[in-house]
Amino acid sequence: MKLSEQEVRRVAELANLALRDDEIARMAQDLDGILTYIDKLNELDTAGVQPMAQVLSEAEETATLREDRERPTLGNEAALANAPLAGSGYFKVPKVFER
Amino acid sequence: MKLHSIDSIRAGLLAKEFTAKELALEAIAHGQAQNPQTNAFLTFSPERALLAALEVDRKVSLGEDPGALAGVPIAIKDVIVTKGLRTTCGSKLLEKYVPPYDATAITRIEAAGGVIIGKTNCDEFAMGSSNENSAFGPVHNPVALDRVPGGSSGGSAAAVAQGTAVLALGSDTGGSIRQPASFCGVTGVTPTYGRVSRYGLTAFASSLDHIGPFARSVRDAATLLQVMAGRDEMDATSAFARVPDYAALLDGNVRGLKLGVPKEYFDGLESETGDLVMGAVDVLKKLGCDVREIKMPHTPYAIATYYIIATAEASSNLARYDGVRYTSRAAAAGTLTDMYRVTRDEGFGAECKRRIMLGTYVLSAGYYDAYYLKAQKVRALVARDYAEAFAQVDAIVAPVSPFPAFKLGEKVDDPVAMYLSDIFTITGSLAGVPCMSVPCGATREGLPVGLQILTRHFDETTMFRVADAYQKASTDYRRN
Repeated sequence: MKLSEQEVRRVAELANLALRDDEIARMAQDLDGILTYIDKLNELDTAGVQPMAQVLSEAEETATLREDRERPTLGNEAALANAPLAGSGYFKVPKVFER
Repeated sequence: MKLHSIDSIRAGLLAKEFTAKELALEAIAHGQAQNPQTNAFLTFSPERALLAALEVDRKVSLGEDPGALAGVPIAIKDVIVTKGLRTTCGSKLLEKYVPPYDATAITRIEAAGGVIIGKTNCDEFAMGSSNENSAFGPVHNPVALDRVPGGSSGGSAAAVAQGTAVLALGSDTGGSIRQPASFCGVTGVTPTYGRVSRYGLTAFASSLDHIGPFARSVRDAATLLQVMAGRDEMDATSAFARVPDYAALLDGNVRGLKLGVPKEYFDGLESETGDLVMGAVDVLKKLGCDVREIKMPHTPYAIATYYIIATAEASSNLARYDGVRYTSRAAAAGTLTDMYRVTRDEGFGAECKRRIMLGTYVLSAGYYDAYYLKAQKVRALVARDYAEAFAQVDAIVAPVSPFPAFKLGEKVDDPVAMYLSDIFTITGSLAGVPCMSVPCGATREGLPVGLQILTRHFDETTMFRVADAYQKASTDYRRN
């Protein structure tokens, strides 16, 4: 296996996913299949190839800069409308500091 | 319901044969009647549709121009946000999410008189090739109800194929418009990366995401693209390139155009699919196209590349669904971190979790160079294949999928097998070139097959010309 269950738990922690025990075993198996397939890329010599991060279109360097002017914003009420919990104009979350 | 086109609707409205209101109500009733069979729609929007339709009827009655999409019933994939209209992304997490703004594509469609009739089912956050990853149940292919419609824009393809919507919007990250278009027997277009603003398209993999049209004809797809295309200040990656009048350039003449057939695309293809695609290439040859074989040597590496880049970007984009801003929060959560983790575990389906995990892993310390950086380099090689091909030919013609629509449940337990079904659509996505699927016949079982056409960046015109000439010349596949 490419990933031990312990490594899967570590990645889940990084990804903020609380995977259940039954999910961990299945995930290890699925990721193993995918990562084994992905090993195919090692057949290619990519020395000297520039990595491609984005499909770029041609435009002037400053073309994407817009005029710096004030524009109406969404507004507090609309921005909070989908919050599971809000109050006094803020998103509410559980305690950040654990005692 | 009559199978309308943009032109037939316009003619009918101007001749007072029907009103936009009547057409909208008819389309919604048709969709509602079909939904128990196909599950194509997640939400219908009668109020919004009526508002838009009445405005079109008002303009027609006053003799004003009602717009390029006047009165046309349009279905929208539920990953594209609509102000005040629930947008779920096919996810339980967003079951109650009501966006506070419209995507730019939506604003432009409605400004052109388009009538949005509802939001369509899709794989959760557009992650899937069969529409079986929707939290609201799979879509059934209208052509064969025991089969998948393709994915991830399965609901949009089905809405057009079943005759409810004249046009639909999908999104394409690795084939999510072209593959369902081919499976359902409709036309589907992925424009050049940056051609249509992504503002309001729920982000999956930002360097690969596109909005694009579904239609029954190439001409209608071209008109819808034209309405949506062009620079938008709200998306810094949207392109400044001039948008031609696509439909006006569709004269059916493709004589002398050079078409490339990549030989790598015919490996591992089901023979019936291959025969239908080559039959379409023969039609184009008879129309005067100069067809030659080309090489795209990095094709076999595209899927591995895509599933690194797309999942890496997705793991970052989906981090925002943390129980704070987007409607869902797990009840039994102690600390903030627990709340994030339990909310996400309960909210995301298995495929989303798999991709978030894979993306997080390939970006994690110690693996970045081996996976993510390697994939970005191979992406450059795939793009180079296209640059070299387009130095020799004006368009590439290829299959869309190695096989026609498969049965529901057939591939659902094998993620790698499911990913492999995207083999012919993913290279175009990685390179960011315009590409589309146009129906090119059906198998003996009656399952539609699509011909894929790809052209240079921003040359949708040539792509549409080839597709339109083929569509006019062929005794094409039509549903009755």
